[in-house]
Amino acid sequence: MQSKMKESDPILEVQNLFASTDNLPILKGVSMTVYPGEIHAIMGRNGCGKSTLSKIIAGHPSYNITKGNIKFSGENINSLEPEDRAQSGIFLGFQYPIEIPGVSNLEFLRVSTNARRKYLNKEELDTFDFEELVKEKLELVKMDHAFLSRSVNQGFSGGEKKRNEILQMALLQPKIAILDETDSGLDIDALRIVASGIKKISNAQTGIILITHYQRLLDEIEPDYVHVMADGQIIKTGGSDLALELEEKGYEWTDNLIKET
Amino acid sequence: MGVSFVKVYRANCNKFILDNMVNENLVKDVVTEPYKYGFVTDIETEKIAKGLNEDIIKLISLKKEEPKYLLDFRLKAFKKWQKMKEPDWAQLGYKQIDYQDIIYYSAPKQKEKISSLDEVDPKLLETFDKLGIPLTEQKKLTNVAVDAVFDSVSIATTFREELAEHGVIFCSISEAVKNHSDLIEKYLGTVVPASDNYFAALNSAVFSDGSFVYIPKGVTCPMDLSSYFRINSGDSGQFERTLIIAEESSSVSYLEGCTAPMFDTNTLHAAVVELIALDDASIKYSTVQNWYAGDEEGVGGIFNFVTKRGKCLGKRSKISWSQVETGSAITWKYPSCLLLGEESVGEFYSVALTNNLQQADTGTKMIHIGPKTKSTIVSKGISAGNSINSYRGLVKMGSKATGARNYSQCDSMLIGDQASANTFPYIKSQQPNSEIEHEASTCRISEDQLFYLQSRGIEFEEAISMMVSGFCRDVFNQLPMEFAAEADKLLALKLEGSVG
Repeated sequence: MQSKMKESDPILEVQNLFASTDNLPILKGVSMTVYPGEIHAIMGRNGCGKSTLSKIIAGHPSYNITKGNIKFSGENINSLEPEDRAQSGIFLGFQYPIEIPGVSNLEFLRVSTNARRKYLNKEELDTFDFEELVKEKLELVKMDHAFLSRSVNQGFSGGEKKRNEILQMALLQPKIAILDETDSGLDIDALRIVASGIKKISNAQTGIILITHYQRLLDEIEPDYVHVMADGQIIKTGGSDLALELEEKGYEWTDNLIKET
Repeated sequence: MGVSFVKVYRANCNKFILDNMVNENLVKDVVTEPYKYGFVTDIETEKIAKGLNEDIIKLISLKKEEPKYLLDFRLKAFKKWQKMKEPDWAQLGYKQIDYQDIIYYSAPKQKEKISSLDEVDPKLLETFDKLGIPLTEQKKLTNVAVDAVFDSVSIATTFREELAEHGVIFCSISEAVKNHSDLIEKYLGTVVPASDNYFAALNSAVFSDGSFVYIPKGVTCPMDLSSYFRINSGDSGQFERTLIIAEESSSVSYLEGCTAPMFDTNTLHAAVVELIALDDASIKYSTVQNWYAGDEEGVGGIFNFVTKRGKCLGKRSKISWSQVETGSAITWKYPSCLLLGEESVGEFYSVALTNNLQQADTGTKMIHIGPKTKSTIVSKGISAGNSINSYRGLVKMGSKATGARNYSQCDSMLIGDQASANTFPYIKSQQPNSEIEHEASTCRISEDQLFYLQSRGIEFEEAISMMVSGFCRDVFNQLPMEFAAEADKLLALKLEGSVG
């Protein structure tokens, strides 16, 4: 495990988090802390609570926090609205980006970017200035300008949707980005584009949480920490070698770990 | 198109699940917004006695110094009306209208003859100013000519001289009766005959004022024409009559806006609009209807029973209706096209938004008579609150309509779980060599869509606004530029609180 100097304050602290939806407990005491510049990976079987954790951090209204806290830059954000979280720098890259018919991607990106800029006391961008900015960011994910005039995610291929997510991340410049299975459904070229995009966007101030099933993303972006989740808990945390071990031994290994605990 | 045409009140969205919106208070929060045009102008008015009979009709005709043929037209219509029954087939429920309890003529007292705008009562000018329709020379809108109708009379029409240079006639229908009687006599009632329906008959008997437009042969009207209808009195009905004639190879874009004060009684509005397009002529008729809709409990509001029809008489003529219907307690309105001329084109683009206890039964009729006629229908219904929003449309292919084509698309958006949306498409074809296409969809704004936009920092209300705006895009794109902003504003006011 790498050990970094923790000179700065954590960006994100998840403290003994319990959460449920429709009275069904999903998270059963999750804790993790992300410092600036760190890359965390969360792995685990389908249904272990990985996606739920990401949605709860972003403020999805379908889940209730029953116990524990989420702190962002030291502030408790348990009851903060999703848009306020986003404006203050939390970004969720969706596993399945939502299609919004009739709403132009360009306008969506601009409104979204301006919401974040407004929070940061930066000048809001008009259509022309925004076009300039977005052109530059399109390069990062090798997206064609034509994407901008289409409706948000509508008729996009799986790979295009994921690249659109990374484009949003590039525009919003979040303090923490949680990327939920951004690698799934990508061919190897698209994966490289997405991975290099993520690396270019992130910096020493950014925290990243990668939720993934596969080592191949972690080959492109090496995590500082790997957490293994099962049944709503983090059952093991290690360095990047933990992912390799998991790849080798499979999830049965984690099943046994649960039994041991 | 600006995104934020709707500003809605913030709801507690942590618990907000639009898909299963059970929390009634929430819906209420979301659907309440004061009506901004609800003021009453305090002005001395001349009203006739309540009630409807031959004497009243004669009195109206006398007041307007009408020729005999017009009085006969009115009296004939009245006789027909008396024998007719109020239609009950629409998906509407309302308390019976007492036609004897309505004042059929109400006009602000003014000097007998007004030669310039300077003589118009400043209170009236102020009223239209407040409505965003400045009429005075210094302030008037720069590229739109306006006919301002206040209760039963036309107050002013701007840009008349400029239009006259092009031979375009734009005036109140009362003036047209006086100055262009030949045209009135030739065309009035030829598209919507008095016997057409109950409300058309009523209008034909008692119509007070409205706009008249005549575009001569080969002329492209140099600016958009617009009428602004204002109901001010609580106890009088408004029965305006509009007639637009586009001669061969001419074209015009006409815009119509409507508002009314807030009264706890219902006011009847029964208008008739007739459009006539000759060979190669085109008429684009756009409406933003924002009559007072009543309060949250459904008290008050305008009963809007309107007959609008265009006749594509000439070859390759075109009539296009676009409407944004946001107001009225009851809307009963089917702007239609009679496609007689070979290769004539009819279009209907509609956004109808209802909330609280509003009811709208609206749509169109495309009657294909001539060969190779073409029609397009795009209808977007948005229902919120406890409202009922129905699309009702007829596409008819007559026996001579060979190679005629229709495309219809009817989409409904539901907001909350108390609102309802209906689609009643009627299709009749007597011509096997014609094509009719109909597509319909119903959607809800999903929680996932909302969350996606919110998780990008977009405020809840703006997220809804974006989606509603996106839903209406096909129709908004059809509105004239000048009007699009106006429509945006009106819909914004209406949706302010109506959705999110």
